[in-house]
Amino acid sequence: MSTATQPNIDAFRTETRAWLEEHCPESMRTPVKGFDDYFWGGRQPKFKDEDQKLWFENMKSKGWTVPRWPKEYGGGGLSKAEYKVLKEEMESLGCRTPLFSFGIHMLGPALLNFGTEEQKKEHLTQIANGEIWWCQGYSEPGAGSDLAGLQTSAEDKGDHYLVNGQKVWTSYADYADKIFCLVRTDKNAPKHTGISFLLIDMKAEGVTTRPIKLLSGSSPFCETFFDNVKVPKENLVGTENEGWTIAKYLLTHERSMIGNVAKMDKTLDKYAVDAIGKVNGKLADPVNRVETAKWLIDEAAFNLTLERALDEAKAGSPPGAKSSFFKYYGTELNKRRYELMMSTGGFDNLIWGENAEEGKTPREFCRTKANSIEGGTSEVQLNIIAKHILGLPKS
Amino acid sequence: MALVLTEEQQMLKTSAKEFFNGNAPIASLRDLRDKKSEAGYDQLVWSEMANMGWTGLVFPEAYGGLDFGYAGLGQILIESGKTLTPSPLMSSVIVSGTMINAYGSEEQKKTLLAAIAAGEKIVTLAYEESNAHRPHTAEASVSNNQLSGTKKIVLDGHVADTFLVTARTEKGLGIYVIDAAASGVSVERHTMMDSRNAATVTFSDVPVLAMIGLPGDGEKIMDHVLDVARICLSAEMLGSMEEAFERTMNYLKERKQFGVSIGSFQGLQHRAAHMFCEIEMCKSLVLKSLQAIDAESDELATLASMTKAKVGEIAKLVSNEGIQMFGGIGMTDDEEIGFFLKRARVAQLTYGDYNYHIDRYAALKSF
Ligand SMILES: Cc1cc2nc3c(=O)[nH]c(=O)nc-3n(C[C@H](O)[C@H](O)[C@H](O)COP(=O)(O)OP(=O)(O)OC[C@H]3O[C@@H](n4cnc5c(N)ncnc54)[C@H](O)[C@@H]3O)c2cc1C
Repeated sequence: MSTATQPNIDAFRTETRAWLEEHCPESMRTPVKGFDDYFWGGRQPKFKDEDQKLWFENMKSKGWTVPRWPKEYGGGGLSKAEYKVLKEEMESLGCRTPLFSFGIHMLGPALLNFGTEEQKKEHLTQIANGEIWWCQGYSEPGAGSDLAGLQTSAEDKGDHYLVNGQKVWTSYADYADKIFCLVRTDKNAPKHTGISFLLIDMKAEGVTTRPIKLLSGSSPFCETFFDNVKVPKENLVGTENEGWTIAKYLLTHERSMIGNVAKMDKTLDKYAVDAIGKVNGKLADPVNRVETAKWLIDEAAFNLTLERALDEAKAGSPPGAKSSFFKYYGTELNKRRYELMMSTGGFDNLIWGENAEEGKTPREFCRTKANSIEGGTSEVQLNIIAKHILGLPKS
Repeated sequence: MALVLTEEQQMLKTSAKEFFNGNAPIASLRDLRDKKSEAGYDQLVWSEMANMGWTGLVFPEAYGGLDFGYAGLGQILIESGKTLTPSPLMSSVIVSGTMINAYGSEEQKKTLLAAIAAGEKIVTLAYEESNAHRPHTAEASVSNNQLSGTKKIVLDGHVADTFLVTARTEKGLGIYVIDAAASGVSVERHTMMDSRNAATVTFSDVPVLAMIGLPGDGEKIMDHVLDVARICLSAEMLGSMEEAFERTMNYLKERKQFGVSIGSFQGLQHRAAHMFCEIEMCKSLVLKSLQAIDAESDELATLASMTKAKVGEIAKLVSNEGIQMFGGIGMTDDEEIGFFLKRARVAQLTYGDYNYHIDRYAALKSF
């Protein structure tokens, strides 16, 4: 619980704003345009330019790549209230996220909760400092929505596990240094109870990846193969055969990340007006005008609901299965936004072109279709809401 | 401001819930309907509400109020929405009271507002003339200090002591105070589909007592007051949809077909889960908008239209799904779920429906 008093918070705001003004380069205050505008970290870090590097280094020095994590693991040690201030101030200046990774949004929270002291020291610090790029090895060809049906096996060989099997849809497996993986350690147990959570180095012998091309034309994810891969025992997180609890906990964080509806440099009404103009002061397409208004209202309601959930959490009421609800609503909202952009954008948005810059909107439009699939489909989220929030009986 | 209730607001909500459950459940609405109640609402319940200070909750202490704020009043409305309790809270307190408090003269506040705050007088706004929401237009007019015209759908018109009436002037819209007992006033009571009352009121050369504001102030006054009303009505509608949804979820757990609870069918589960999400959206909009009234926010008009549009849309969804998921029994008058459908439709058209507010929102956003 934060004990920050109001005057302290006000002072923190003043300091923070001044610090950001001084340390955030101008170019890092513009909206991100695509994948390579984010810095993802890794053993061979790729910075787009000097400003990106400087901004990352500055934020890292404050522990603000992961502002809420404890200082001893490379975090900023901020209270909830201070974190809110930092976010607000970054938003008002338009500061970019200095480091984005699955380490921060997925593995980190799981390790904070389930990791040993050694694991936290090693991995959290590396994540905070942007030294390791993590990817997620959950899904398999036969285990998607029914994730607990996974078959990749880890055999106990005394001082190590021997891992065999295949993962699929592994985002950025071809860039990643390490993978957090769900593996089966007990073939005879009921499916949810024989699963363990393992950390595996992508450089280990027997790990190979093969990129898969997406509808949008890019290849951000892969098939990942494990062929007699030796994994040291200390890379087990939590207890053997109890990995499902960690898996689910991590998923709630993943869903919160995906459910956020990103702000764009142009609001949807502005996009529509610029694309098709007005007649008598009203958007030229009356049907689109209604749909756009409706979308903007839903977006505002969604953001207010996120804000309310944070305020309620602060007031002590538990977050519960809320991540499923935000994941479902947020991703459906994002898909609707792009449907509307495709509609107002007209013929111009049909041009695919030769690269991501040229065919930006149609490619992004295609990409949004994944939002309601990745991290658990919309249907699966609705199942969770029905069962865990509404208490409806199992189907 | 945090999007949570303060402790005092939470306490008020709890006592309102107990009060309406204990004194004005849906069975009493049915009773009022079946017995063709003279007033159309339970006068005992109304005087109790006045005794508890709810009729004066949002007004200054100088006029007998408690100065507690609209976010608090909103909680009472949410709870009254759950029991579908009819009362002149909307027409007299929220619309007329808010108008006089914000735009009335000192004299009007001392007399009219104090009487509204005490629950002693019912004052209602008479402004609609056509078949759709048009708050800025009026054919009614005043000459020689006498008002003539016909107003439709005047809420609680048949029990009003005083009317606030819109009429056109050379400068624009004006708002006039008229005694309901004056000669030339004729009131025709109508019962609406939700069993509440609205009247058609005809004014023939009725002497006006006073004005609220000046000729030409009417549009601005109506916008502000109706925005408050739209938000408050949305709070009531939210309560109704929460209750209808809860009843529907209980039924899904209770009712068995094919040997299992119907709530185990995924075709119903997904629709239920979707409704849950939409209701959460409505809760956030309603709370934000109620707080915006108290904060005298510049965004009030935008928030009011956003809220009334969204809540109207979801009230329709939830009340329709309620009936569908109850099956045949949902179509009977004995089962109460249908009352929510009827109320949702009346509330939807009051102070501007979904279409009106989507259009207004876009216009406010200049597109
Ligand atoms: C862009 C992208 C990135 C991804 N990144 C990763 C990653 O980094 N790591 C990783 O491990 N995975 C990743 N995934 C995989 C993702 O988690 C799975 O695709 C997802 O869980 C769905 O599994 P599936 O593809 O096997 O679909 P299926 O489970 O086969 O589903 C097919 C359809 O059936 C429906 N369905 C299935 N079960 C039910 C049910 N019980 N009730 C109702 N409907 C049901 C689904 O909703 C869906 O519509 C990624 C996916 C995408 C698209």
